Order: sequence, then C-alpha cells, then structure tokens
Amino acid sequence: MAGFVRHRRSKRIIATMSGFEADLLRSLAAQLVELLRNEAAVPSENADPLEALFEGGDFAGPTTEPDDPVLARLFPNAYQDDGEAASEFRRYTESTLRDGKARAAATIIDALEDAGLPSEPGSEELTIDVELDLPTAEVWMRALTDLRLALGTRLGVEEGDEDYWYALPDDDPRGQAHHIYEWLGYLQETLVHAVTA
Amino acid sequence: MDPGVEEDLTPDEITLTDTPWVTVVWNDPVNLMSYVTYVFQKYFGYSKKKSEKLMLEVHEDGKSVVSSGTREEMERDVQAMHEYGLWATLSKSE
Repeated sequence: MAGFVRHRRSKRIIATMSGFEADLLRSLAAQLVELLRNEAAVPSENADPLEALFEGGDFAGPTTEPDDPVLARLFPNAYQDDGEAASEFRRYTESTLRDGKARAAATIIDALEDAGLPSEPGSEELTIDVELDLPTAEVWMRALTDLRLALGTRLGVEEGDEDYWYALPDDDPRGQAHHIYEWLGYLQETLVHAVTA
Repeated sequence: MDPGVEEDLTPDEITLTDTPWVTVVWNDPVNLMSYVTYVFQKYFGYSKKKSEKLMLEVHEDGKSVVSSGTREEMERDVQAMHEYGLWATLSKSE
C-alpha cells in the first residue's frame, strides 16, 4: 500500500488499504480499546462504598502505576522522584487520558467501517479508501502512536535493533509482529507527512 | 515587631523566579522523529526549527526541557504530552 497522501484539491488525507490491512488495523485498535477499558481505571465497583467516598468519590482515579508494561508506558509517572506527587497526578489524570486514548482508537475503527470495511470480511478482494479530514487525521496520529507504543513495548523494541528483527526466520511470530509494527510506523510517517506537507 | 524569617525555609521554596518548573520529554525507541517534531509545533506552537532542535536533543541527549512555567502549567503540559504518547515528566527547574 502507498500510505497516506494529501489530496491536492479537497485537502483531505487519504489512504488506500487492502481489506486485509484494514481488518488488521481494526483488530489492533479494538485490542487497544479493550486493554484501556478492561483494566479498571477507577476503583472497582465492589470496593467499599464508604472507602470510595473517603477517597474522593467520583474524582478518585488510580494512584499507582499500572502493572501491565503497555499501560505503564502509556501512562508514565509524571514525577520521577516524588511518588506522592506522581500518585496525585495519576489520580486526577489517568481516567481522562485512558478515555481519550480509547476514543481515539475507536475513531480508527469507525473510519475503517465508514469506508466500507464489513464486520466480517469475506474472501472477496476488498479495497478500502480511507478519507480523513484534518482533525480526524490528528486523532489517527495519536492512536497510531499508542498502537505502536503498545506493540513496541510488548516486543521489547529498542533503538537500532533492526538487524535483530530482520534476522528472525520468516515463520517467527515475533518477527511477524515486528513487521506489523513497522507497517504501523510507515502509516504514521506518511500520515505526519501528509498533515504537515 | 520583627516578623523574622523562618529559618527552615530552603532556597528552593523562597525562589523569586516565576518559572520554577519544567517539562522534560524523554527519548523512547518508538516515537518517530517527524511525529515528535509535529507535536512540539502543534501543542507548544513552536517554530519548525525550534521543534526540530528540541526533538534532536531528545533523540541525541536522551531528554530535553520543552517548556517551563508554574507547576500547574507544567502538569497540563505533561498531561498533554502523555495524550500524544510522548514520555514526559515535570520537575523543579535546576
């Protein structure tokens, strides 16, 4: 595929994907939404209601770094050497950030389906023309970033480690996942270019 | 009556500078240089040149101070950076 380009006359940001690529992207975005929504961002409903009240009721978000390394990367500590301040920051921001990231990932799913991606792609050859206005393109940029952070963290991607990944045998699932990671990077790079050109 | 000065006030707490806090963006192996530059331009309103300079500092030095101001302002900036997927922290200016 050719990545994103900016249409000269309409100024819209467009990309043509195969049904396979669009379905893959939707599946990754859906997994991210699930990850963001599943790990409770707020104290669980089973928590003692009195305790919840004392903790600040509706404003009480999580105060400790998430266990999942992907979530820990998406919501890093805002203070490096002050655990108390980091907890306070997290309490007031993480729920909002989670919600924004989940909505951004859902924007990808919506755009792909609006562009004609069926909920269950059959065996027929599909071509999906994604067309984004500027604000939506910027939401995609953030969501693609989160997808790459998630995949990169799971894979343990490091600076300048390309040779390691390229040396893996073709049937290595980690190599295949890294290939998808690079494809997302290509989408992102062309999207940034299309938006700023 | 002499109001005196509390002797346990450290210089940090009585600093007169009006921008004692900074937002630091840290290098990570995932984010694209073009995207990081874009975020600095878009969110902070910096020129492309300044944004590229900051991005290169992040990339080459491992981190860069991208803004300074009050603690509240820096918390807003850090939250925005996290929204964009950049790894950012705030701290007292050195």
